Amino acid sequence: MSRQELLNPGGLRIDGRRATELRKIKCKPSVLRQADGSAYIEQGNTKCLAAVYGPREPRLKSQIIHDKANINVELSYAPFSTSERKRRAKTDKRILEIASAVKQTFEPVILANLFPRSQIDIYLQILQFDGGTVQICINAATMALIDAGVPMRDYVCACTAGCFDKQPVLDLNNTEESSDSPELTVAILPRSGKVTLLQMESRLHVEKFESVMNLATEGCKAIYKILDKSIRDNMKDATSNMI
Amino acid sequence: MLRSKGFIKRTKKGNAVKVVQEHYLREDIWCSVESCSQCSHTESILRVIPSNTKIVDSPHFIVADTNLFMNQIDIIEHKSIRNVIVLQTVYEEIRHLSLPIYNRLKAIISDTSRGFYVFSNEHHRETYTDRLKDESPNDRNDRAIRLAVKWYSTHLNRTAKVLLLSDDVANREKAKKDGLLAFSVRQYVEGMVDFPELIDMLGNTADNQETKNKEFTYEEHLSSAHISNGLKNGSLYQGSLSISTHNYLEGSIMANVDGTDTQIMILGRQYMNRAIQGDIVAIQLFPRTEWLKTPTEVIVDEEEENMSTNGEAKENNNIEVEEMLTSAPQPTGKVIGIIKRNWRPYCGFIRKQTVQGSSTSTLSENVLVITMDRRIPFIRIRTRQAQNLMGQRILVSIDAWPKDSKYPMGHFVRALGSAGDKDTETQVLLLEHDVPHQDFSLQVLSDLPIEREAWKVNEDQLRDRMDLRNLNICSIDPPDCTDIDDALHARQLPNGNYEVGVHIADVTHFVKPGSALDQEAATRGTTVYLVNKRIDMIPTLLGCNLCSLHEKVDRLAFSCLWEMSADADIIQVNFTKSVISSKASLTYDEAQRRIDDLRMKDDLTEGLRLLNKLAKKLHARRLERGALTLASPEVRFQLENDSQDPVDVVEMKDLKETNALVEEFMLLANISVAQKIISKFPASSLLRHHPPPTESKLENLAQSISQFGFTLKYNTSKDLADSLNKAAIPNEPYFNKLLRIMTTRCMMQAKYFCSGNFGKKDFLHYGLASEIYTHFTSPIRRYSDIIVHRLLEACINTNSVYSSELTDKTKMQKLCDGLNYRYVMAQLAARSSVELHTNIFFKGKTEKEEGFVTRILKNGFIVLIPRYGIEGIVCSSKSSLSATPASPVVYNPHTNSLDSSLCDISIKLFNKVMVQITIDEDLVGGMRQKLKIELLNPYIPGLSVNNEGKGSVRKSDDENRLSSNVKRMKINV
Repeated sequence: MSRQELLNPGGLRIDGRRATELRKIKCKPSVLRQADGSAYIEQGNTKCLAAVYGPREPRLKSQIIHDKANINVELSYAPFSTSERKRRAKTDKRILEIASAVKQTFEPVILANLFPRSQIDIYLQILQFDGGTVQICINAATMALIDAGVPMRDYVCACTAGCFDKQPVLDLNNTEESSDSPELTVAILPRSGKVTLLQMESRLHVEKFESVMNLATEGCKAIYKILDKSIRDNMKDATSNMI
Repeated sequence: MLRSKGFIKRTKKGNAVKVVQEHYLREDIWCSVESCSQCSHTESILRVIPSNTKIVDSPHFIVADTNLFMNQIDIIEHKSIRNVIVLQTVYEEIRHLSLPIYNRLKAIISDTSRGFYVFSNEHHRETYTDRLKDESPNDRNDRAIRLAVKWYSTHLNRTAKVLLLSDDVANREKAKKDGLLAFSVRQYVEGMVDFPELIDMLGNTADNQETKNKEFTYEEHLSSAHISNGLKNGSLYQGSLSISTHNYLEGSIMANVDGTDTQIMILGRQYMNRAIQGDIVAIQLFPRTEWLKTPTEVIVDEEEENMSTNGEAKENNNIEVEEMLTSAPQPTGKVIGIIKRNWRPYCGFIRKQTVQGSSTSTLSENVLVITMDRRIPFIRIRTRQAQNLMGQRILVSIDAWPKDSKYPMGHFVRALGSAGDKDTETQVLLLEHDVPHQDFSLQVLSDLPIEREAWKVNEDQLRDRMDLRNLNICSIDPPDCTDIDDALHARQLPNGNYEVGVHIADVTHFVKPGSALDQEAATRGTTVYLVNKRIDMIPTLLGCNLCSLHEKVDRLAFSCLWEMSADADIIQVNFTKSVISSKASLTYDEAQRRIDDLRMKDDLTEGLRLLNKLAKKLHARRLERGALTLASPEVRFQLENDSQDPVDVVEMKDLKETNALVEEFMLLANISVAQKIISKFPASSLLRHHPPPTESKLENLAQSISQFGFTLKYNTSKDLADSLNKAAIPNEPYFNKLLRIMTTRCMMQAKYFCSGNFGKKDFLHYGLASEIYTHFTSPIRRYSDIIVHRLLEACINTNSVYSSELTDKTKMQKLCDGLNYRYVMAQLAARSSVELHTNIFFKGKTEKEEGFVTRILKNGFIVLIPRYGIEGIVCSSKSSLSATPASPVVYNPHTNSLDSSLCDISIKLFNKVMVQITIDEDLVGGMRQKLKIELLNPYIPGLSVNNEGKGSVRKSDDENRLSSNVKRMKINV
């Protein structure tokens, strides 16, 4: 009957997190044999699988760019990703928008000019959805690209933050996202701190913006540590197998 | 931090959907008890204090279950209940069950002195529990509560005890089996010997109430599933029940029957089936043959009254008033279920006959409380203080209405004071009209400027604002006005045009959005003016000092500056924040005298003359467009200084030119501001509109004045204004005013709305004949103006930051609805206050006065007495219940008149009559007073009272005054 209370008097959110806590993140690179690079990542109940192919010859001649590699991002939601089963068209504008945001995020980071006249394909699949599509797509793509050995300037780590009343909160889940609170998605290069994506849904008071932005940046750095550890562990496993 | 996941299933929108949510369990949720060594909380809410109840002697904390909060919230709110652990399980259940109680609980929690702590047991690793197989959600929650109590008990070890309060016997048993301390509220409260009043405040739940008359039952309510099915397939209707103010057994809802919006009548208590005024109910229609044919049948069933307990019929002195309106059958139905209760605490008094005990008895007994609002049924309460409370006004809450009880069960909340006392009665009318009237809380007061009275305009403000202190600005207000909202100035510009400025107190400088002060002002919505009292919207320090535009001090203002031609055409308009210093605070009289005194040639007076000249032109133009001049019968009481008792009734003063002057420029400012804000916020501006009147009402009026040879045209407001001007009888000066009063009553209410929700043509303000209108000029006493100030500031200052409240259409409309409600309530409260003082004024007097018939009813007529601005019913039959063999007058539906059966006199609309006014003090044992009006002249046998009564007869020299005592009212300007 009533709207949900996003922060209870004890300072806990609906799922029991505090305002500045991330959901639990699990990730694993190299999960698919077929792909050149792949990764699986879970952030709470949002789960995403990424596969990277390339650099390889473009399928269509028209996609060839003579001085650098073409980056192609395709995103799809599994029909079973939400509680109501529903098939989404490939041409769904919201999905295309997210895919293009991911593409734009990676264009300045991937050293694409090393591979002229070729194409790098990033396929993203949301297996289960609970908010934060853009951030999980970027994080999954980063891992898969690294796994594929595509040369990049840095990791790209993304995180969302919102604002309930006056309290900035990190990493919104689906319930929180749909409560018309503002949502800011930030993607940064963690080593230099440069921002490659900044996306805002709904309105946020300009005085609050800085604190929300700082919180999201902190979130990105925390995510970076998790991703980096997972990749290093994976490499250790791989090298130990070699020996 | 350990995190684990739980799974919750939920259904939405009727179709079952599985929702999976994460559920983190944590180890960092602290107990919040002071001096706890294991937890690392920074702020401890729960304090170890000695026990104030006899049932436990050591310091303790209370854990209460959900039902306790739901049924006994009045007890929980009592200041003696402290150190309560509100479990998250309980907190969330309450939110789902009842929003009002949830909000009250939230208010207690935010008051830190009370020591209410919300313990997030659902996210605590040791107190979370999964639902077991075959366990109902309720049982699971009860178990979770017990688990939390257990955790606290072991956690605290010996420093303090934890009590589980629950009225559920089974739950208490289980708790005791687990080795916990569990009590019922009654046990707990009875142990608190220092607070005996708590026992009376115990909610009357069905299980502690012995049921009395078994032979009497209401029909069972349908289940909510049945109701929603019925509503879907169209067999049921839903609506908010509104009960007639004249007849408490006649209710109705507005619903869409067969495609048209009609009123569905519900007659008699049996068919109303325990629904109370304001409840959202589900209605089943009777077959068409049983529909109400003529209103004549709107008579209380004899049977209905026979069911009542002894002597009740006598008390229901409500006059059954029936109107003859339609002859088409009216849809009639019965309540078969209640969708949402809308109960609030009600004011009332104890019915003497129901008190049985001797005067020294302190045994608790059942008594009936008669509510002040006649539309609310009597309420049965159980109290030990019946003897003390007799003759007092008390506040009671309804707990339940079981089907085998004729009246709802309730409990005592608090006593308000003795009946008839002016302060008590004023408090009653504030409560009954839901006017927030407590003193401002400390939190609100802390939002005031820290300098308090010493606050001054500082350099920063001077730099950011336009400095208009050199202008000859003055304010014109009624005498004794302390909250001066507006000031004016006018001067000639070098180019021959005129500059006119309206300066409005800059309240938004002090009331920042989102502050406690702002929220309080928003809930109050408006300042309420009673006869002897004013309930402020913002604290007096602001309203009457820092914001108020007093003379000879620097004040912050929001200025609206026009450049006008000599013909009062607007050349351009400019809005700016400013600093002003009013040169003089004038009254209407003083300003008028300045204008009239030709010897005065100072700049200020010249400015006033200029304003006056322009105002006349603006006024003429407005009338040309078709603005209406309406009227209301208003009087003012002259109060005695000490006792504040009314000693005389003064007529409202004639409208002076200066009065019109101020009004004209305020209208202009409001219109200019409305045009400005709509240009920047087309979807979310707060505007005010006044819809055209419904034609059927005016048609009736037009019909009744046709007997005097006048026609009433009402196609446009211009037509209406013209025909009102024409309709005057030379030797009856009051006739025209009466007509204007009656026209006013046919009008719709002017209302606030959010521009995004209406089409452009609905912006029209009919009464002012303006295409767009808003409220800008009284931010001290109206919250709408504060919002408009913020909108305007966002328009003119591109750097200004504003929150989403100003752009959110839904929030804005919700705010408008709230404000509309508050304004209506404020008006009603003001009217009741006048009524109260009228009654005090007429106490012990018998006056004879001239009156006019304003409405004909089936068994009486309504008379308006201009001298006192009061209106009352003259009854043709004493009571519809006592079977008067033949009424002295008979209603004639063709001429809409009451014809005497014995002589050749008939009473028609607009007739002039002589009446006698007395106060009927003996109603319901002196607890209710009522103005009694009896007919003197024309003399109708059986109806009129004998002419030569005691008391003074006012001579007809009063008649000369009659015409003047009506204040011309700007309809809700």
